[in-house]
Amino acid sequence: MTVRSPNDPVPKSNAVHTGSALLTNDVGLHARPSVKLTQLAKRFGAHVEFARTAAGPWVDAKSPVKVMRFKAAKGETLHFRASGADAAEALAAVVSLVERGFAAEGEDASQPRRE
Amino acid sequence: MERSFTGRPAAPGIALGALVPLAAGGGARAASGAAESEADALRAALSAAHADLSGLVERSTGDAADILEFQVALLEDDVLAEPAFAAIAAGRAADYAWLDAMQREIAGYEGSDDEHFRARAADLHDIRERVQAHLTGTAIETAVPPGAIVVAVDLAPSRFLAIDWSRGGALVLTAGSTNSHVAMLARSRGIPAVMGLGVDLAELSGEALVDAHRGTVIVNPGALTRAQFARDAKAAAATRARASAAAMQPAVTADGTSIQIMLNIADPRELADLDPAICDGIGLVRTEFLFHDRSALPDEEQQYAVYREITEWARGRPVTIRTLDAGGDKPIEGLTPVGESNPFLGMRGLRLSFAHPDVFRAQLRALARAATHGNLKIMLPMVTRPQELTAARSMLDTEVAALRAAGISARRASLGIMIEVPAAAIAADHFDAEFFSIGSNDLTQYVAAAGRDIGAVADLADPVQPAMERLLRFVVDVARAQAIDVSLCGDAGGDPRAIPRLLATGLRSLSMAPASVGQAKLAVAGVDLRSPPAPAPWPK
Repeated sequence: MTVRSPNDPVPKSNAVHTGSALLTNDVGLHARPSVKLTQLAKRFGAHVEFARTAAGPWVDAKSPVKVMRFKAAKGETLHFRASGADAAEALAAVVSLVERGFAAEGEDASQPRRE
Repeated sequence: MERSFTGRPAAPGIALGALVPLAAGGGARAASGAAESEADALRAALSAAHADLSGLVERSTGDAADILEFQVALLEDDVLAEPAFAAIAAGRAADYAWLDAMQREIAGYEGSDDEHFRARAADLHDIRERVQAHLTGTAIETAVPPGAIVVAVDLAPSRFLAIDWSRGGALVLTAGSTNSHVAMLARSRGIPAVMGLGVDLAELSGEALVDAHRGTVIVNPGALTRAQFARDAKAAAATRARASAAAMQPAVTADGTSIQIMLNIADPRELADLDPAICDGIGLVRTEFLFHDRSALPDEEQQYAVYREITEWARGRPVTIRTLDAGGDKPIEGLTPVGESNPFLGMRGLRLSFAHPDVFRAQLRALARAATHGNLKIMLPMVTRPQELTAARSMLDTEVAALRAAGISARRASLGIMIEVPAAAIAADHFDAEFFSIGSNDLTQYVAAAGRDIGAVADLADPVQPAMERLLRFVVDVARAQAIDVSLCGDAGGDPRAIPRLLATGLRSLSMAPASVGQAKLAVAGVDLRSPPAPAPWPK
């Protein structure tokens, strides 16, 4: 995982946090994973987005309809960015979820759930 | 003016009644013409659909709940209906705006290269239909008045079961196949059915007379036709009386050979008015329909109650209960995979049970418990390899042992297999099952490579043909050599045309729809096994 905070001295609440993670689960960003991702993102006040490249175009990580339209497959790298009060925590949480293969926290991701 | 249409007879009988069309999707809706009230209508439909789904989620567990939660998540997302609200603001009616927006969303899924995403299109279809039903105010099946002649392009088995047939009526499908499950259900319930009419639904309105022996549907019949119908109805009643008199007699051939006549049922309600003396037992209980009638999978207790009820009805006669045979053309929301390119060759029957071991184990426990109340036997569908039987047997033994260890009364019921996959028929001698039951519907369609749900090739799926006779003879011989019971369940078992040839293969036990017992016993009485019929010829 790579999580970088910008070095410039902007106030923390306005900082844009970025990171990326590789989709390793068999079915990609599919029905169940997309529900997990959006539910997790919604727990934070921060604006959370993701994209195929670090340059965008960016997709709202709180919208299951948009996440499904995005159709990310296994083996793709997802770039995330978050801004707002709890952006750092939000970013760390979503990146970690993808890295765990969408398993629950502490669960073994090497046994992907059947779809 | 009287107009006559002809299709294929799918379930015998005649009926006169009002034609009630069932649309595939939503029905018609009167648009208000005002954007604000159209938007309100869509908002109300969305929230009603959301309430439905949330209720379903609460009553579901496991995979079924996950699927439904996905639908809830999409429905909760304002993004989903945004294009529809935009179209409404631009002057479109709510239902058109909704269907249009969903069509585009669905196209995005169906156009995906990824099979997993394509498969989710079914969830979008579900959402579309659920919201549309609320928009158009069509709680579809309950809108069918009793005794109506239901017309549709095709009809899912679950929708057929949701209709109240207690006061008769008939089923007319403009498409559909006489070998489909809905046709089988119509035969089982004694509902006259004509399929493959090949005309537009709009042609079928008003009153109609259905003659499902000839396959004719006469719309707005004149006085002469009605008079003829009255005579036919009287003759039909006489034939029924003769068959029902025969139904109470034992089935014996002209040379004195006793034949066991068993019942195929899908629901204990079918047994309500039946005297168990009409049969020698139940040869097939199709448990998937228990799963269909509910909004959530039935748990062990619910299943146990139903299996026990059926077993007790039989009063000591054998009752063969088939484990869940979902898949194929019998999907179950949240359990069967969506988007399989060929569901009949996919995850169905025992294969699906192995993929959902919790569901399968709950069913095995319910069966083992019900087995203490009578002569219950367990039958596995879609067995392809001997290892599958071994694996299922070990699961059954484990569950029986676990129940007993917990102090719950259970019996290790006899465990047999359906012979319906050609691999199992051809290598029947490799299976150490405790009994065989030949599933002639599926075996025929797999042997003939002709789908029973595809009208254009349904004629090829004829259970009476040389290839089938050869297989049946072999399976019967294997069963004799292994000293196990062999029966045949499938529509051929109750078909007077097929019965002489089935008995000629050595079969002595046939299982059929309750409505077929009388005619089958009459057909058995006409068979003399001292001069068996010549082998079935290939059709000309």
